[in-house]
Amino acid sequence: MQLIINGATHETDVDEDMPLLWLLRDELQMTGTKFGCGRGLCGACTIHLDGRPVRACLTPASAARGKAVTTIEGLSKNSDHPLQQAWIKHNVPQCGYCQSGQLMSAAALLQDNPNPTDSEIDRAMTGNLCRCGTYPRIKAAIKSAGQFVNAAGGNEDA
Amino acid sequence: MPDSSKQIRNVSRRSFLKLTGLAAGGLVLGSALPGWQRPWASPTGGNSELNLFISIAPDDTVSIICHRSEMGQGIRTGLPQVVADELEADWQKVQVVQGLGDKRYGSQNTDGSRSIRRFYDTMRRMGASARTMLENAAAQQWQVPAGECKATSHRVVHTPTGRSFRFGELAAPAASQPVPGDKDLQLKGSDDFRYIGKPVNTVDTPAMVTGAADFGQDVSIDNMLIASIERAPVLGSSIKKLDDSAARKVRGVVAIERLDGGAEPPLFHPLSGVAVLATNTWTALKARRKLQIDWSDSDHLGHNSDAYLEKLQQRVREPGKTITDHGDVQKALASASRDHEAVYTVPYLAHATMEPPSATAMTTDSSCEIWACVQDPQSVQQHVGNALGLEPEQVRVNVTLLGGGFGRKSKPDFVIEAALLSRKMKRPVKVVWSREDDIRHDYYHAASAEYYRAGLDSDGRVTGWLQRAAFPSIGGTFSAGVDHPAGFELDLGFADLPFAVDNHRSETQQAEYHARIGWLRSVANIQNAFGRCSFADELAHAAGKPADRFLLELIGPDRLVDPSQGDYKYGNYGEPLEKFPLDTGRLKEVLRRTAARADLTLRGDQQSGNGEGWGIAVHRSFLSYVGIATRVRVQDNRLEIMEMHAVADVGLAVNPDRVKSQMEGSMIFGMSLALLGEIRMEDGAVSNSNFHDYQLLRMHQSPPLEVELVDSQEAPAGVGEPGVPPVAPSIANAVFAATGKRYRELPLKKHLSIG
Repeated sequence: MQLIINGATHETDVDEDMPLLWLLRDELQMTGTKFGCGRGLCGACTIHLDGRPVRACLTPASAARGKAVTTIEGLSKNSDHPLQQAWIKHNVPQCGYCQSGQLMSAAALLQDNPNPTDSEIDRAMTGNLCRCGTYPRIKAAIKSAGQFVNAAGGNEDA
Repeated sequence: MPDSSKQIRNVSRRSFLKLTGLAAGGLVLGSALPGWQRPWASPTGGNSELNLFISIAPDDTVSIICHRSEMGQGIRTGLPQVVADELEADWQKVQVVQGLGDKRYGSQNTDGSRSIRRFYDTMRRMGASARTMLENAAAQQWQVPAGECKATSHRVVHTPTGRSFRFGELAAPAASQPVPGDKDLQLKGSDDFRYIGKPVNTVDTPAMVTGAADFGQDVSIDNMLIASIERAPVLGSSIKKLDDSAARKVRGVVAIERLDGGAEPPLFHPLSGVAVLATNTWTALKARRKLQIDWSDSDHLGHNSDAYLEKLQQRVREPGKTITDHGDVQKALASASRDHEAVYTVPYLAHATMEPPSATAMTTDSSCEIWACVQDPQSVQQHVGNALGLEPEQVRVNVTLLGGGFGRKSKPDFVIEAALLSRKMKRPVKVVWSREDDIRHDYYHAASAEYYRAGLDSDGRVTGWLQRAAFPSIGGTFSAGVDHPAGFELDLGFADLPFAVDNHRSETQQAEYHARIGWLRSVANIQNAFGRCSFADELAHAAGKPADRFLLELIGPDRLVDPSQGDYKYGNYGEPLEKFPLDTGRLKEVLRRTAARADLTLRGDQQSGNGEGWGIAVHRSFLSYVGIATRVRVQDNRLEIMEMHAVADVGLAVNPDRVKSQMEGSMIFGMSLALLGEIRMEDGAVSNSNFHDYQLLRMHQSPPLEVELVDSQEAPAGVGEPGVPPVAPSIANAVFAATGKRYRELPLKKHLSIG
């Protein structure tokens, strides 16, 4: 199976029903996409498929054929996506485990809507759990990043 | 803790490398970002070691060991910033290196909110010692008195002439300087602090926002197998019959192995189970579902958590075992003009760290190397060593970042699983716990019932206070026959009553264990503060007084309380009362500031549709004082938390931003358990399985939060846990203000829908 991940082509020989999560983590050693629940309940494995957020734990590898897969490792070329900068500015992460998924969900939101309201942020982010309780800082970081997103443009390596 | 003269010493280069793990077998050491390394990677070669925690490279890089585990509290930033400050290092040139498990560091058991309070003084002396050695080395180079040489901002300057050396230039000669004794160390004055007390940014954040940060689940070792384990659903049950023929046929399955559970008490033994070992996680998970296992009966098969809580509620209404008894409670209650009683319950709770437990092991006949997300690497050395018949020193433990800990990852059962499976397979094995494994096989926070009764005089003052607790003790996990709450659990917000009541008595009632019971963020303070702070609010209402005025009277005059009496010796979180007193003055100051953030006169009016109310709760735990004020709205039986405030006196805040973030996190952790958290057991097995039926607070339920830190120069106290206990009672008190209804049973979703 041939897949395009963060702009690079990968040949893999795995069962077609293997979720992208395990293909990324076990076969390609791209471990930024995290395993949290395996049921699409926590959002820790959020990636983009053709720019749309999906849960990698529920997406079979075969569903990505011919589509652009973007993971946290490909969110920006120089670790400088406006959200990544805002996350650092607001010192968002605590343990950090859920943050890849939070960032990927937030990036998809800002692509559609660079100036989301509180309730729009809630709607887009409610599928992403954080046990450490970084929600208020995530919300603040999304708001402060929003204004820079248009200028930065679509900087995914997709 | 050994004294510092034993702690501070030169270590040979060989031992430094051994401690920090340069030769990490089979691992490709890499760093995605300049200045950030995998936690278990060592500094590159050429460093000179000044003491156990500090080495300096010729290029000026200062490597500081963090020997405590990072699980979101920011300790990999907090402790090194203390060292760097005393060392006069430039933070931009500091690299944090995670220490291996090694008893020479002192305790590495990262729980109990202890890292800063136990190591603040030690880290300052480590930094000051290395600084002194650098100054002495410079003096020797220049042939001048040491008093003329002063370290400042990564250089040592000869004050009279202004000439200077970089730290990197002095590293080698400094390493051979004699280690100064304690009395030769000059600690900085707080006015000169460069980093202590400042919101230094977290060292791991850049790696966390790019996916480069490595957790236990992310470890990859050449030739490793992945294991997924089907464990006995009921404690004490074992494999009666196994049919693994279908699982073995799945492509990619390499082996299927049995794990024997230990006898009770449960300790840190792995549970009985069947491990599917495969070349990738997906295959292991898929094949595991094809296992056919008959499990043997167990004494715990009849355990039903609802019935158990009913039983505990009945028991706490009956006289129990007396722990402390002051004055004459019976007489006070009999002569009271008003008498009030209540029973509170909290269900079993699970840790549900975002990263499920995971451990990787490579076991040989004479050694074992571990890479894992563990809170206590020395406990791993000991218990893995026991399981394999090795000495602790033969077990090398590399600590990864922890995707949350909350107490779960100080139990090394999951690491022992990996070590045993690796020995059987003669190759590296990574054990991956699924979310279902995590929810169903935790060391649970105990289910509890607590009874409170108080008498009021005609002025609405409390004259007598009787309290009785029943919950399965953590002690039952480790010793046979423990069937009452233990003294160390009564220390946590129960028998340490800070109230000026002449007549009070604390009792316990029987509660036997039926599941592995463990410690969860703030431990028994969860149920003890829920009971105490809810009941005090009920009494305020009964006395017809605003909650803050009533509480100030109840706490009484400023004084230091020693709760010990007779056989009951108050533990005070392992610290002397002289250094960390139970100070009612500090509790009252936090209470006043908390009340100032609330409108305690607001009473919900359901008819007009404004079902809003404020509630407060204040509690001392882990030597810190925290108050929570909560505004709720209840409409059509739907509860919404509108805003929440924390006021915290934690003594000196080494990193105020991380203290605030811990308080924010504690409020959200506390809301999860107050509103949603409940583990249920039926026929001995946990009936929850994942985040749909063990719910955590989500962003849309998370209100605006504010944190106020009391400016303090008192000794630094606990931070990670003390924000949690007052959250649940502040919410229940607010709901009462809003609705007139008192809920004494958590979680509140049993009574209200959660907005």
